[in-house]
Amino acid sequence: MVTLFGVFLLTLLVITAFGIVRAQHLFVAVMLSGIFSLQMAAIFFILDAADVALTEAAVGAGVATVLMLGALALTDDRERGPKPHRWAPIVVVSVTTLMVIYATFDKPRLGDPEAPVHRHVAPWYLEETPRLIDVPNVVTAILASFRGYDTLGELFVIFTAGIGVLFLLANPSKRGALSLLPSAEAEGLRHHLVPRVVGRLLVPFIVLFGLYVQFHGDYGPGGGFQAGALISAGFILYALIEGEGTALQAMSFRLLRGMIAGGALLFVAVGIAGMLSGGNFLDYSVLSANPVAGQHLGILLVEAGVGLTVTGTLLTVFHAFAAREQSR
Amino acid sequence: MEFLGLYNYWVFAILLMTGLYAVISRANLIKKLLGMTIFQAAVFLLYISMDKVDGATAPIIPAGAVDQLYSNPLPQVLILTAIVVGIATLSLGLAIVVRIRESYGTIEEDEIRGMDEE
Repeated sequence: MVTLFGVFLLTLLVITAFGIVRAQHLFVAVMLSGIFSLQMAAIFFILDAADVALTEAAVGAGVATVLMLGALALTDDRERGPKPHRWAPIVVVSVTTLMVIYATFDKPRLGDPEAPVHRHVAPWYLEETPRLIDVPNVVTAILASFRGYDTLGELFVIFTAGIGVLFLLANPSKRGALSLLPSAEAEGLRHHLVPRVVGRLLVPFIVLFGLYVQFHGDYGPGGGFQAGALISAGFILYALIEGEGTALQAMSFRLLRGMIAGGALLFVAVGIAGMLSGGNFLDYSVLSANPVAGQHLGILLVEAGVGLTVTGTLLTVFHAFAAREQSR
Repeated sequence: MEFLGLYNYWVFAILLMTGLYAVISRANLIKKLLGMTIFQAAVFLLYISMDKVDGATAPIIPAGAVDQLYSNPLPQVLILTAIVVGIATLSLGLAIVVRIRESYGTIEEDEIRGMDEE
């Protein structure tokens, strides 16, 4: 039954992808890409990847769609009319698809416990996490502790992308500092009854759920990446309802900038604290007299750093697109 | 049901190439970015399909659990961070498209190339 549901969802996914490529109206294509992400999240959930499903639902279906729409408002929402059919791309793509499908016949079947991918380091992580780190969620343990280097690097990619968007889009103000302040007429949806009432009800709960996901990430699906996406989705909803100016009063640009840099610095600081206590960079066991307690402390701080940077970056990017709209 | 064991990978192949098709055949820059997102999502699907183990559950080990199979946590960690990195790079791409639109007045690739050649 679950297999059939999975096959149904995957087929729907392919249809949606074709729809995205075919749609002439870019607004339609962006909406379809939101649906695509939601279907993808459902498939991840069926495949036992709860953390990934949560991230995809918050990021793909929530934040990405809003950013895409923000970009559409600044550009054109229609693709220029149909153009002469070109055969080369279709031939290349079809041949490559057939080649990749031919290659899949050598792959182990879905769910095969003997597949090579399950026989290398994964059993070690599953066996040793309860002893070395003692948090139930193995994904969080690997993300924050065993492979903290990867996560730090990825956090810096997000940091860099946020800085890049600021350089490209923020308006240089008189003193040479970057500013994101929108003009006064940014009113949001305040005069629309239904979004206002429903949205105001939802915002606190979205942010609360984001905080729960942040601090409960050791025990259930969650962590800094998911929480950052959820909290920024909550604040973006607030900004859409009340106008960007009000949202910037609640969470100022100075604060967001501090969060982007502070989160990444917190992550590095935890790593250096480990070095000063006599361990390796990002070794949390030495942070406390009890190695397991040290791991817990390290994971909590590192996840907080991830959450801060992700929230700060996503909200800054949103405000950068929104403010650009009004300055044109 | 044996042949369905590879269905995830076939969908991966089709999605990957659908994304690539949008990137190489469409002139519209936003459409290219959407194609890139589909391409990216296909890779996510490939990784997450590989983490599945029959009869297993999500890799969250409750206290006192015995004889329970768990899916592979490693691909999940890789993709979890890749999704958020994906949105960060997508927003950077969108910002560049917005600046191109402001300088050239269009986001169609061939028109931009035409203006550059003049």
